[in-house]
Amino acid sequence: MTDALNTRIEAALASIATASTLELLDAERVAVVGKSGFVTEQLKQLGKLPAEERKAAGEQINIAKNAVLEAIAARRAVLEEAAFEARLGSERIDVTLPGRHAERANLHPVTRAMERICEIFARLGYDRLDGPEIEDDWHNFEALNFAPDHPARTMHDTFWFPDGRLLRTHTSPVQIRGMSGRTPPIRIIAPGKVYRSDSDQTHSPMFHQVEGLLIDETSSFADLKGTLAAFVRSFFERDFEMRLRPSFFPFTEPSAEMDIGWSTANGETRWLEVLGCGMVHPNVLKNCGIDAERYSGFAFGLGVDRFAMLRYGAEDLRAFFENDLRFLRQFA
Amino acid sequence: MKLSENWLRELVDVPVGRSELAHKLTMSGLEVEDISVLGEGLDGVFVAEIVAAEKHPDADKLRVCKVSIGRGEPLQIVCGAPNARVGLKAPLATVGTRVGEITIKAAKLRGVESNGMLCSARELGLDSDADGLLELPDNAPVGMALAGFLGLPDAIIEIGLTPNRSDCLGMHGVAREVAAEFGTHGRIPATLAQADTHADSLDVIVQVPQDCPRYCARLLRGVNAGARSPQWLKERLRRAGIRSISAVVDVTAYVMIETGQPMHAYDAATLHAPVVVRRAGKGEQLTLLDERSVTLGEDFLVIADQERAVGLAGIMGGHATRVTDASVDVFLEAAHFAPAAISGRARRLGMHTDASHRFERGVDAELPRQAIERATGLLIAIAGGSAGPVVEQVSTPHLPQRMAVSLRRARLQRILGVVVDDVEVVRILESLGMQVSTTATGWSVVPPSARFDLAIEEDLIEEVARIHGYDRIPVQAPRGEIAPAAIPENRIALAALRQQLAARGYSEAICYAFVEAGLLQTWGLDDASVALANPLSAELAVMRTSLLPGLVSALEGNRKRQQSRVRLFESGRSYHMGPDAPIEVERLAGVAVGDAVSEQWSVPRRPIDFFDLKGDVESLLQLAGAGAAEFRFEAGAPGWLHPGRSATIWRGSERVGYLGALNPRLQKALDLDADVCVFELEVAVLNRRLVPQAAKLSRFPSVRRDISIVVADDVSYADVEATIRRAIPERLIEIVLFDRFAGPNLGIGVKSLAMGLILQDGSRTLTDQDADDCVNLAVSALAIGYKAKLRGQDGADEG
Repeated sequence: MTDALNTRIEAALASIATASTLELLDAERVAVVGKSGFVTEQLKQLGKLPAEERKAAGEQINIAKNAVLEAIAARRAVLEEAAFEARLGSERIDVTLPGRHAERANLHPVTRAMERICEIFARLGYDRLDGPEIEDDWHNFEALNFAPDHPARTMHDTFWFPDGRLLRTHTSPVQIRGMSGRTPPIRIIAPGKVYRSDSDQTHSPMFHQVEGLLIDETSSFADLKGTLAAFVRSFFERDFEMRLRPSFFPFTEPSAEMDIGWSTANGETRWLEVLGCGMVHPNVLKNCGIDAERYSGFAFGLGVDRFAMLRYGAEDLRAFFENDLRFLRQFA
Repeated sequence: MKLSENWLRELVDVPVGRSELAHKLTMSGLEVEDISVLGEGLDGVFVAEIVAAEKHPDADKLRVCKVSIGRGEPLQIVCGAPNARVGLKAPLATVGTRVGEITIKAAKLRGVESNGMLCSARELGLDSDADGLLELPDNAPVGMALAGFLGLPDAIIEIGLTPNRSDCLGMHGVAREVAAEFGTHGRIPATLAQADTHADSLDVIVQVPQDCPRYCARLLRGVNAGARSPQWLKERLRRAGIRSISAVVDVTAYVMIETGQPMHAYDAATLHAPVVVRRAGKGEQLTLLDERSVTLGEDFLVIADQERAVGLAGIMGGHATRVTDASVDVFLEAAHFAPAAISGRARRLGMHTDASHRFERGVDAELPRQAIERATGLLIAIAGGSAGPVVEQVSTPHLPQRMAVSLRRARLQRILGVVVDDVEVVRILESLGMQVSTTATGWSVVPPSARFDLAIEEDLIEEVARIHGYDRIPVQAPRGEIAPAAIPENRIALAALRQQLAARGYSEAICYAFVEAGLLQTWGLDDASVALANPLSAELAVMRTSLLPGLVSALEGNRKRQQSRVRLFESGRSYHMGPDAPIEVERLAGVAVGDAVSEQWSVPRRPIDFFDLKGDVESLLQLAGAGAAEFRFEAGAPGWLHPGRSATIWRGSERVGYLGALNPRLQKALDLDADVCVFELEVAVLNRRLVPQAAKLSRFPSVRRDISIVVADDVSYADVEATIRRAIPERLIEIVLFDRFAGPNLGIGVKSLAMGLILQDGSRTLTDQDADDCVNLAVSALAIGYKAKLRGQDGADEG
């Protein structure tokens, strides 16, 4: 019996080792260790042996069985691996073919710059505010301390409507709307479209501004400088030489224009005017019902299109409004 | 304002060179916009005299001149200038001199030797639009270097003055400012009074002293009005950008650029005294110096005589009473007009003059008498004549009041954020001509009469800051409380809507908010539109009532640039006439043309259609989260859309907007050669959403049953879906429409809809019977509502 077992197991192991498919391997498994397989039959026969031989025979059969099972597992692993290899060898794609539906477009560079500006000021605690584009004289001029017929009005080429309303010439009217009915501390940022009756390579009749306003009990011109310096650094991700020059706006006093030292391609540095600013004029605070003795603050207005041109290297302002896809797609 | 640097340096000590001067001016608020250097490299250019001139033998327009430069033999020069004549003194560039871009060489011109070049002011870079040889005066010393004779080299420094700094609209004012900036001293000569040598004058009556609180005048007799101004005066005018006309006119202009006081000269013989300062009558006519006729109203101030208006006060004199070369007696005027009486008036007439520019901003009320004296002195020296007494009408109460302004030390520090020494504060204010006295908390300051912009404490703070230097104020971060407003999560941010469209392939466009009136009419969108009173052009005349006309034009522009597939969106406002005020509506619109997807290897090409855009729109609606269920699409839209391929989008009873293919008629009118699909939504209706609240998930499996129904073609899917949802109110969690079919073997006028119903219960596993019950409820509701028949029932549990 032992010899028969050994012979059969030898044959099984040889057959397992050379099984070329999983099916052949399984057939061998059934033949040896299946329900009526050779080894199973041998185990069934154990009862017929004398008690003193039974244990040793049982152990022998089990050893043989385990040897077969191990060989099957090993062979299965080899065959499965070979099957994977064969499958993976046959499944090949050209991964450089374009993906399906990969389309994506992008925001307008002005929007992009505007969002960036607003994001920076949002981090500084400024709330975003909107105002109408069709404004009245009070909000656009008078409340901002432009007296009727004041020569400063000639700095704003204004689009008028027959009823005396106008297209706002700056986002500063939002200061008035933002301050009226609010109590300081106030931090407001107001982006939007503005209009001037002017058109050439550097002027568009419609353009974009962001107005900023801060009113509290302590703010000073030094704070204004600090705020603008932090903003410019953050927007351009660069340090600039910057300077404030005295200027004039009816709604700020002292007033200033800010220049940054812009490095050109040929290595020269030019002063570029990037925004107007100043300490809010007491008349403006009074016009908004704010105690000008207790509170002070600063305001600034910047041209978004200008910032977008500088940031993204666009040279002609008019390109922003021509909506040429070839231009727009560059700003992805 | 154009400044001659040489002149400025005569008037004030400037301890630095040109570029540092320019920097200082800019950093003190007088922004230098341009510097043009004059007369550099003119070493080889001399005052010369043409001693002989003959026609060139071979050229009609050339002359062969003999020109003396005071030494050696006269030089032979061939010259084409029409004013080259014997006796003329003019600049000669000798051989070897560089003039502009060329170096003068001895050469033959049409065969005749020429040894130098007679020059125009333009060729010498002195004047950009002067023709002919620069004519030098008869007394110009022949042989003298031209630069020395003309006071060259010089630089014209052009400053852009802000409207508050009218005090710097004269050289004296700039000199005072520069002295303060550098802490040096001015050398402004005192004006000498000119004694009267006759007693004649014209009476002056000022009827409106509030408009004209000071009026000075003087009668000069026996003036040689044909005299020409001396070279130095012409040069100063030229460098200020003013053309020389005649001695009388030049002197009034010169006094203005020197002192800032505008003046006017009348031919006294044309005046019927007394001279009256009054308001114009309604409809009063006046012909001005430039021969323009204007019709005035009562808010215009005029100078008049007994018969008529003779000048538009503070703006321009009249034509009939102007000084001509034949004039003998000249009536000089220098007045103080209140800014309020002048400002805006010139503009209303479409004019802008040196005088109106200054009076609108404010001219020092102390200047008129000085100006009269200065002009008298100059005019008599140049053109002879004798002066009568100065007539002066003053209304002291109406003169600008020089009120003391308080400046508190603490306020100064708080507003600037820096401590400026008391000594420095006083030094600055005094250097600017202010009278300063110390008070308990700071100073009491009386501004100079030339400054119209110093009325409140902040004005003085700015003066201290700008002379002290803005660059010396520290850079510091604001302290103080930050109270961020709540970020409203129940609104979809515009940025998210934009990003969504960009993600779906729409490029963001920005169109002008104004369009051509005709374009809105073509679209039928001209109702309640708002038109500009003063548009730049007819193309930009009316505020848009929709974003679509502009966007479709932009789309068409791109098609013309060889882009066959275009998707654009814009977020912006439309503008509508409201009952009281214009209404602005925030909108989001998109347009698309060409292939549904960009051409690619694994997706078949097909043109874009309604459902592509509907998918894009639905992707926006889905940003409303649970609120998205409130939206519905109903067939039909305005006339600019295709009646059978368009929808109105509703949210409850509010209209969100429209979606569809453009009406082919409109496409033809717009000359569009491909089908365009568009949508436009109102942001305020679209962007409401609920802040999501998490619900408990069912632990039990869901069951799917597929049904296919046959129903009349005109039954909308939305109705079918709503009917099913009503029929299975609790257990239906989702419906998937996976097929829609219509064809002859199905029958005429019907279609089949195949749907998967996903069923689930929150408290137990659904049995087959439960699922069948649900399907039966749905099928019978559809049979009752729409005579729908079951086409066949398949499906198995797939839970």
